[in-house]
Amino acid sequence: MESNKHFLVGIFNDHDILISGVKKLRAEGVKIFEVYTPYPVHHLEHALGYKRSKMPVAAFFFGITGTILAILMQTLMLGVDWPMIIGGKPYIAYPDFVPVTFELTVLLASYGMGFTFFITRGLGPGAVPRMFDRRATDDKHVMAIDLSENKKSEDEIKALLESVSAEESYRKDFTDEENNPNFWKFLVDTMTNGVTSSSRQLN
Amino acid sequence: MQIVSQVREPLITGGKTYKDITNDVCRPVEQDPPKSWFAALTVALILLLAGGAFMGDMLWNGIGRWGLNKSVQWAWDITNFVWWVGIGHAGTLISAVLLLFRQKWRSSINRAAEAMTIFAVICAAIWPVVHMGRPWLGAYWALPLPNTFGSLWVNFNSPLLWDVFAISTYFTVSLLFWYIGLVPDFATLRDRAVTKFQRIFYGFLSLGFDGSAKTWMHYESVSLILAGLSTPLVLSVHTIVSFDFATSVIPGWHTTIFPPYFVAGAIFSGFAMVLTLMLITRVLYGLEDYITMEHIEMMNIVILVTGSVVGIAYVTEFFIAWYSGVEYEQYAFANRMGGQYWWAYWSMMTCNVISPQLFYFKAIRTNLITTFFLSIVVNIGMWFERFVIIVTSLHRDYLPSSWVYFTPTAWDIMCYVFTFGLFFTLFFMFAKFFPVINMAEVKAVLKDSDSKVYKGRRTIPNSLVPEADRVKETEIA
Repeated sequence: MESNKHFLVGIFNDHDILISGVKKLRAEGVKIFEVYTPYPVHHLEHALGYKRSKMPVAAFFFGITGTILAILMQTLMLGVDWPMIIGGKPYIAYPDFVPVTFELTVLLASYGMGFTFFITRGLGPGAVPRMFDRRATDDKHVMAIDLSENKKSEDEIKALLESVSAEESYRKDFTDEENNPNFWKFLVDTMTNGVTSSSRQLN
Repeated sequence: MQIVSQVREPLITGGKTYKDITNDVCRPVEQDPPKSWFAALTVALILLLAGGAFMGDMLWNGIGRWGLNKSVQWAWDITNFVWWVGIGHAGTLISAVLLLFRQKWRSSINRAAEAMTIFAVICAAIWPVVHMGRPWLGAYWALPLPNTFGSLWVNFNSPLLWDVFAISTYFTVSLLFWYIGLVPDFATLRDRAVTKFQRIFYGFLSLGFDGSAKTWMHYESVSLILAGLSTPLVLSVHTIVSFDFATSVIPGWHTTIFPPYFVAGAIFSGFAMVLTLMLITRVLYGLEDYITMEHIEMMNIVILVTGSVVGIAYVTEFFIAWYSGVEYEQYAFANRMGGQYWWAYWSMMTCNVISPQLFYFKAIRTNLITTFFLSIVVNIGMWFERFVIIVTSLHRDYLPSSWVYFTPTAWDIMCYVFTFGLFFTLFFMFAKFFPVINMAEVKAVLKDSDSKVYKGRRTIPNSLVPEADRVKETEIA
């Protein structure tokens, strides 16, 4: 079976049932592709066995970059390029450089981390997500299991999903086109008939 | 395992489900706006255009249009700047500081408060720009550019320059924080959209967010770090604004208490403005179950505390002026209380120190009408505070021949009106096109906030729960 195309989707109503379901399925040896939730569910990432987010590390290094750049900028401008006596103080008056240094540290740390987040998660204007179930941004938790990556058969996994109180479960197959969503196609499709691969009918 | 508090009210009332939250918040965005919205927007646009005409005239002819004179060179312009920046602080306080303190009640008000922050900072930033008189030359004075007339850089020793960096960083970081919070809600709107415009507009804004557990994990981490960065940032911003005055040698400005006192005042006025806006939004959009009396009471308590801090700061300033033995300081403060601007001083004292004390009474702080009225009174008082600090300190110069009285002109008033028009226009546009409540965060606190939903947890058979997490029957009370 081709990978990344044939999925079994389980819908959960409650995040505690979801987490216990994830734990149980993984204990049974089922490989879960991803879970989509309408809000951040705490401890779900632990249940799925994800490694801790490294965003703080990105923030730290961008922040340090900001600190260094700010100190260099102020020292070179006021101390080297055009020294000026201001209020009888030294050319390079470090205590006076603290506020600007702090602000640039925060600025670079925030934006560096923010863009790291957007880029690593593939978020950007024009990105079109591949949808398993639209209710995932509304009120349901959606678990996707890639059938090609699992040794268990579809029926076995379906039975397991039912045993962990999944509200419903169904098979979802993606075409190549759906697997490679294209913004321009999305735009043209929406403009011409209002329907795209990932949306419901216009009323 | 969750513990249900016997004393706290649920954060979200009315037995809402996740679906209800989506519907309640998305409905005003998806439907045609009510007539009241058009009426409100029209008023805001009239203020914007009328004020804009005066602002344009002022920019064309120069700041001589204002009532400034040789002694009082800062008046309404910088008063308005500090006032707007102060209002802006509440949004970051609610979204960042209360996040770090794990105050879950923040989740229903943080979106609108952050929007208010961004719009207030835009209004604030207008003032330092236009008060330069020739703002098109401002880049040479405010940005670290080599001056084309010689390699002269900006002065990094000046608090005015620190302010440029502080305000612009504050604005951009708040914008990022707000936007990252909006992305999941835009995705909700995108997936519900039925019109072509909404599909493309929210599809574009949602950046392709799909709510995967991995994205949420990084999202949570990013939010926490941004909150951690924004907290010292917000404190630094008003501290630096206060340095504009505190590092000078003007009696009445040269005060070391300014940084904490300005920050407390900023939180005070910001919470009052959040209340003013939220009380209106709550009624118009029917959000009584999300912004409950509990929220209003919490905000009133913050106003009471910060108002008292501000009051103590006023008294301390007086004491230190007397205790310092410096006659110029002593005169500056005596002149505030009993000089030509006594009316401004006593308006400030009444609005900022006396009126918030009414919130000690539960009947007053849990009453919508008194809360709304006092929230406006507080902001009037905070405007007078900045006016008193700036104008009363300047109008008595070192030479008695330079002693003057400042009177605002129509341009002073109408330029201020312009920023009101801008603020409310932006806020009404936000309230129509963006979800005013952070749906994802409210959904996240729903289950442990509402006893009705909590009880649903008992329906999970214990056999489904892994051994370690199992709830003992005795613990389910």
